[in-house]
Amino acid sequence: MRVIIVGAGQVGSSIAADLDATHEVVIVDCDPERVDELNYSLDVLAIRGDGTSVDTLEEAGIERADMVIASTDDDETNIVVCATAKAVSSAFTIARVKNTEYLRTWQHSEKAFGIDFMVCTNLLAAESIVRVVGLPAARDVDPFAGGEVQMAEFEVDDNSPVANQTVSEADRFDSLTFAAILRNGAVTIPRGDTIIRPGDRVVVIGSPQSVQGFATSISPDESPGTAEEVVIVGGSEIGYHVARLLEERGFKPRLLEQDPERARELAEQLPGTIVMESDATDIDFLEREYIGDADLLVSALDSDEKNLLVSLLAARLGVERTVAVIDTTPYVDLFEAVGVDVGVSPREVVAEEITRFTREGGAENVALIESDKAEVLEIEVDADSVLAGRPIRESVTSLPEGVVIGAITRQREFITPRGDTVIEPGDHVVVFADSSVVGDVAPKL
Amino acid sequence: MKLRVDYKASLRLVGTVLKYLAVPLCFPLVVALYYGESVLPFVVTMAVTVLVGIGLERLADEPDIGAREGFLMVATTWFAVTLVGAIPFLIEAHGVPFVTSAIHPESTLGNPVNALFETMSGFTTTGATVLGDISFESHTRSIMMWRQLTQWLGGMGIVVLAVAILPELSVGGAQLMDAEAPGPGIEKLTPRIAETARALWGAYLGLTVLEIVLLYSLHVTGNAPNMDVYNAIAHGLTTMPTGGFSPEARSIEAFSAAAQWVIIPFMVAAGTNFALFWHVLTGEPKRLVRDTEFKSYLGIIGVISAILAAVLFLGDGLVSVAPAGETYDQFYLEGVRTALIGNVEPSLRQSIFQVVSIVTTTGYASMDFNAWSAPTQYGLLFAMFIGGSAGSTGGAIKIVRWYVILKSLRRELFTTAHPEAIRPVRLAGRAVDERAIRGIYAFTLLYLVLFFVSTGLLHLDAARIDLGLSVLESMSAVAATLGNVGPGFGIVGPMGSYLDFSNSSKLYMVILMWMGRLEILPVFVLFTPEYWRR
Repeated sequence: MRVIIVGAGQVGSSIAADLDATHEVVIVDCDPERVDELNYSLDVLAIRGDGTSVDTLEEAGIERADMVIASTDDDETNIVVCATAKAVSSAFTIARVKNTEYLRTWQHSEKAFGIDFMVCTNLLAAESIVRVVGLPAARDVDPFAGGEVQMAEFEVDDNSPVANQTVSEADRFDSLTFAAILRNGAVTIPRGDTIIRPGDRVVVIGSPQSVQGFATSISPDESPGTAEEVVIVGGSEIGYHVARLLEERGFKPRLLEQDPERARELAEQLPGTIVMESDATDIDFLEREYIGDADLLVSALDSDEKNLLVSLLAARLGVERTVAVIDTTPYVDLFEAVGVDVGVSPREVVAEEITRFTREGGAENVALIESDKAEVLEIEVDADSVLAGRPIRESVTSLPEGVVIGAITRQREFITPRGDTVIEPGDHVVVFADSSVVGDVAPKL
Repeated sequence: MKLRVDYKASLRLVGTVLKYLAVPLCFPLVVALYYGESVLPFVVTMAVTVLVGIGLERLADEPDIGAREGFLMVATTWFAVTLVGAIPFLIEAHGVPFVTSAIHPESTLGNPVNALFETMSGFTTTGATVLGDISFESHTRSIMMWRQLTQWLGGMGIVVLAVAILPELSVGGAQLMDAEAPGPGIEKLTPRIAETARALWGAYLGLTVLEIVLLYSLHVTGNAPNMDVYNAIAHGLTTMPTGGFSPEARSIEAFSAAAQWVIIPFMVAAGTNFALFWHVLTGEPKRLVRDTEFKSYLGIIGVISAILAAVLFLGDGLVSVAPAGETYDQFYLEGVRTALIGNVEPSLRQSIFQVVSIVTTTGYASMDFNAWSAPTQYGLLFAMFIGGSAGSTGGAIKIVRWYVILKSLRRELFTTAHPEAIRPVRLAGRAVDERAIRGIYAFTLLYLVLFFVSTGLLHLDAARIDLGLSVLESMSAVAATLGNVGPGFGIVGPMGSYLDFSNSSKLYMVILMWMGRLEILPVFVLFTPEYWRR
């Protein structure tokens, strides 16, 4: 498949890096240095030019392209790129936008702007933040199979009851599969006798109830649920959507915004949120409002450094868990190392979402673990799949190492995969795969 | 000093409205012809309205209406129609030399102040009367019909009607309607303001006709012996505007329980925002059920009625002795007690009827609530300040204002504990503009100040002429005229009248009714120098 990516920023490059092995990728950007760099670092064709011009698109081979991904930092540019591509070709168009108004317009008709698929950075980032709420110690949570299956990544600390236990000891839930253990940046596929060490991250796949139960069992001191007190710092678009989505789930979050006008605007739009007009670094204010008692603090200010500062301050005041929005993707690990509990990069989230669309082999849904060390895929099994009609014990032999079948849903019913479970065509299977074998595995399933 | 208000443009439009007042005057004229009564009161008045109207129209060519001209036009219109509308009463009372049959020397409306009071009370849908004797012995049927018709014209608003019909008023019509409409702000139902005005009047007319038909069919089926065609029309014309001018001296007490039950829902409808009926008719009936103001309105009526019904049922709310200084008909009181105490239907009906009548500011009475105890009367006095919904024909402060005030007070309590919190006041989920909240506070405060000052003035003036008014009576008289309710307590009770007040008090109450109908500010602003200068 020939894919044209317009915009070689973090999102564009990240998608290009994901696709270059399996697809013919052309990437377009105005910055000659970046173009040069990509030509050397990735196995792609990088072209310098304006993606909104037909000439550039033709140079990129638009007439042979199957897909155009517009991923520049500018909403309007992305929309025009897709509209232009649609006008001169029949390629599938994907646009990344920040403004949710465009998303709403597009959802209204699904044809608007000549865009076939639209991803909204702010909304996706907010959704991934909100998924973490209510699951203590969770770093990342992704829903699969229409919400019947959840993948979650947990950090195990010294005090956790599962620390220094073997996986079979820790596995107290029927419908839960231990997919992987991440230790010092390396991915290990666990076996029953693998010992979980403090500092490890555990990736589990299972029904939402069992994931919730596991979350509670590894950090029993924290109380999940709607009683959880959430403070959001910064009324950015992401902050707004986090508050809105939490309201929908029955939370009553507090939102701090410094700008009086924006605060008023947010207060009008968010009936279930207590909006406060204050600087989040005003210690007096934070103490007076008992911000330190919060279970979770989301910092969604417009600068990474401020978010780091606010998160660290909040942690010192006693906030149980901090989530920071981090614009610069490479900072995520750094921030998590110095004390932010969960770092969410909107760009990474968007890159994941776009990658799911470009997968061959019918992956319905994809989640990236640790940026790109492993992936969790959701696949609808058809008759040609190596999984179909065989017990899992047999079918795994035709799959490479580093693959775990995490969960199965049949007609929206959750089935726990065990060695003798027979997968039928039409089942949805959630699979964990090490990134080194993903390219191999995806076509076989 | 150079005036910055184009008063000629305003007066010109007043002239246009006056000119067309001749059209509704045809209705009592037809009634007069039907009953063989004198047509002169109406013919003369028609001539006056047309002549004065045309005269005023010559003041300006193409009126350009701004916000200030709008206030002047609306306030002047209401005063002008009152002046002209009093003419039939005066002619009837004084008689016309060569039509002796029309002479009613016993009519109290011969006094120009009384005639003015009665007309202002009519147009503002107050329903406070100075008729000495409400009967067809003292007044012709046609003149009584004119009295009822003034209320119907004033209900949805003379200016709204004018905007609906007169193309001259399409530009600036929203300004005018805003100055006249009850409640804060108007809701544009359609892009064109004239269509909105027509929609409102359409709903108003439709409900009026429906009520007349229902009341008359009660009569035809034998369920309401007194409700003949004349009475059905008269009550239709005075229920929907929340007016309360009944041609019966005993008000709705003169009719059967069935008729009273039929009138209740129409009073409730009259106190509802008419824009909601429009939404119901255009296929959005959910808007009615979801409306916060409508729900609060029904809730308030329900709660007060329930308390009152319990009080009446147990008999605790009824006094067995006459109020001080009055000889009460003990026989009547005993009748009331035996009818109410321990009887569910009459207790419910009497409480609901009176509460709905007072809250919507209709001012009908299905019994003389002077016979109730003082606490229940204070309860009703309190209800006089509630009023109907915004955009209804009801008067007083209006539910939506109270709702916003309560919510903003709750917000104040919250921000006292959390000074940084930003909390918009929400009305049905939508944030209310802070300026609108300030306006609501200003209006309500002005209303209450006006109430207390006027009570003092009226009480003093009553003492001057030795009227012997109690404080409750003075308060109720002011609340009833300022809130366009109509009856109060004591001598101004539902079966009494405002006749005994001095001329100065009556003139003062004329101003109160005028200000109450236009919600004070459009009238008050005319008396500030800032309005006239820059």
